[in-house]
Amino acid sequence: MPKSIPELQEIAKRVRRDIIEMTGAAKSGHPGGSLSAVELVVDLFFHTMKVDPKNPAWKDRDRFILSKGHAAPVLYSVMAEAGYADTPKDQLNTLRKLGSVFQGHPDVRYIHSLEASTGSLGEGVSLALGMGLAARLNHSPSRTYTMLGDGEIQEGQIWEAAMAGAFHKLDNVVAIVDYNRIQLDGFVKDIMEVEPVADKWRAFGWHTVEIDGHDFAAIQGAFAEAAATKGKPTCVVAHTIKGKGVSFMENNPKFHGTAPSAQEVQLALQELQ
Amino acid sequence: MATKTKFEVKLGAATREAFGRELVELGRANQDIVVCDADLSKSTMTVYFAKEFPDRFISCGIAEADMVAIGAGLAYGGKIPVVSSFSAFVINKGFEQLRVAVAYPKLNVKVVGTHSGISIGEDGPSQMSVEETGLACSLPGFVVISPADELSCRALFREAVNHNGPVFVRTGRPKCPILYTADQKFEIGKAVELADGKDVTVIANGLLVAQAMIAADMLDAEGISVRVVDMHTVKPIDRDAIRKAATETGAIVVAEEHLVDGGLGVRVAQVVAETAPVPMEFVGIQDTYAESGQPEELLEKYGLVAKDVAAAIRKVAGRKR
Repeated sequence: MPKSIPELQEIAKRVRRDIIEMTGAAKSGHPGGSLSAVELVVDLFFHTMKVDPKNPAWKDRDRFILSKGHAAPVLYSVMAEAGYADTPKDQLNTLRKLGSVFQGHPDVRYIHSLEASTGSLGEGVSLALGMGLAARLNHSPSRTYTMLGDGEIQEGQIWEAAMAGAFHKLDNVVAIVDYNRIQLDGFVKDIMEVEPVADKWRAFGWHTVEIDGHDFAAIQGAFAEAAATKGKPTCVVAHTIKGKGVSFMENNPKFHGTAPSAQEVQLALQELQ
Repeated sequence: MATKTKFEVKLGAATREAFGRELVELGRANQDIVVCDADLSKSTMTVYFAKEFPDRFISCGIAEADMVAIGAGLAYGGKIPVVSSFSAFVINKGFEQLRVAVAYPKLNVKVVGTHSGISIGEDGPSQMSVEETGLACSLPGFVVISPADELSCRALFREAVNHNGPVFVRTGRPKCPILYTADQKFEIGKAVELADGKDVTVIANGLLVAQAMIAADMLDAEGISVRVVDMHTVKPIDRDAIRKAATETGAIVVAEEHLVDGGLGVRVAQVVAETAPVPMEFVGIQDTYAESGQPEELLEKYGLVAKDVAAAIRKVAGRKR
């Protein structure tokens, strides 16, 4: 049953706490880009996507590929919250440790419920197109969503795939750009400007929607619009805040790839009460 | 001892042509086979499949990285994707995707590289793949096959499709001498002994198998008895055939249309070193890129014809104690 927005907001808060605790325990990882994606991923798994955590191999399920694989903590936490058997909630804090199923980047060898192994940026749209083509050939209603980082769209393969998605009229594919404006080395505009993002996707033939990526109503509206769009794939350019929800992490490039210290974990968890 | 039958060169189809024809047959039998090509279907010969099964032919444009990862997505979706381009392009431009999107999750993707080696000819080095076998073998879990003629290519491609996991099949542009008859059985990882001999073994694949057969006849006249083994599967390699060759003939020549660094030769040498060390010689492309020319001229110039195999056989025979 899809959740109400207040319920989704409660889940989002728990997921944010998980992200802080997981990366804090691991003493490494990518909290900033996990926190920016929380509402989007929570909405997909608890509202928009047709999935059955008790039957993850269901053929006609909708699929989610975390192309920005470094944001693995948000995906692990959401899947644990959704109740997938191979993402046990009580093991989330083993993230990145030897023997953990919670690998540094999503790895289908350890978690079969994941849709794809990712981590090398630029591959998610192509993977989604392959899944979309397979669904079309199988006459399946399955839809495929992939989440990209804004820095990630600097990769050339993204635009090869953008061209191909429109050419093959894959209206069962949705790309989401988590547009938090920060990448590892600093602000995207200073490393390699990607603007105008929405115009680029439109020019490549995608139905393109720009939204506030922390507003559940807007997120749901965009995904509904994507589902109603025929003959072309949809790109949702989601404007987000890196480190969203933790004051000292918000818009701070340091927390792209640095875990919070033990003290920062405590401060962050207080803010996320 | 029976008189040796002399090997006669009769040209059959190119291995790319054999692949293209077999692909259609397999496509008829299995609805899950989907083909991806990057604007070279008329050269890779996936065009036959495209004509018969347009819905299962995915035109990817000139975008190999995207194509390989689309193949991965199709495999995640339960399809059997056959991803094809020139070896030089699919392996090199698609390598990162072969690694992370295909090999790492060990997906059921079949990659077929055509126009391998320098026998592509006039187009020159940018289109000539001389590194593909080494690169494909470096991917954990990949099966790597390099067939020598039409029939073996068809049979081994069939095996590749039946195998559950990633496979790279190396094919070439020119017509190949016929080596096999229809009754020959092929198995992934099981080499074929084409000629028996007691003094030296030549282990070859691709175009060099026929050259090894010609060389064996040349050496027979000189009183050196040569065994010829078609090592069509480079990975997993047939360790038993190599150990047997080393212990029974005491000297090995490896011949391939690939850089000597990183191809079949080093893989055979590793097994020889681990099992039964014997003198070895290597026929292949030295540390260089080739040039434009006719295929036969190039194979001659870069030392990949029967006389080069023969010279290596004499040399290795001379090194035996």
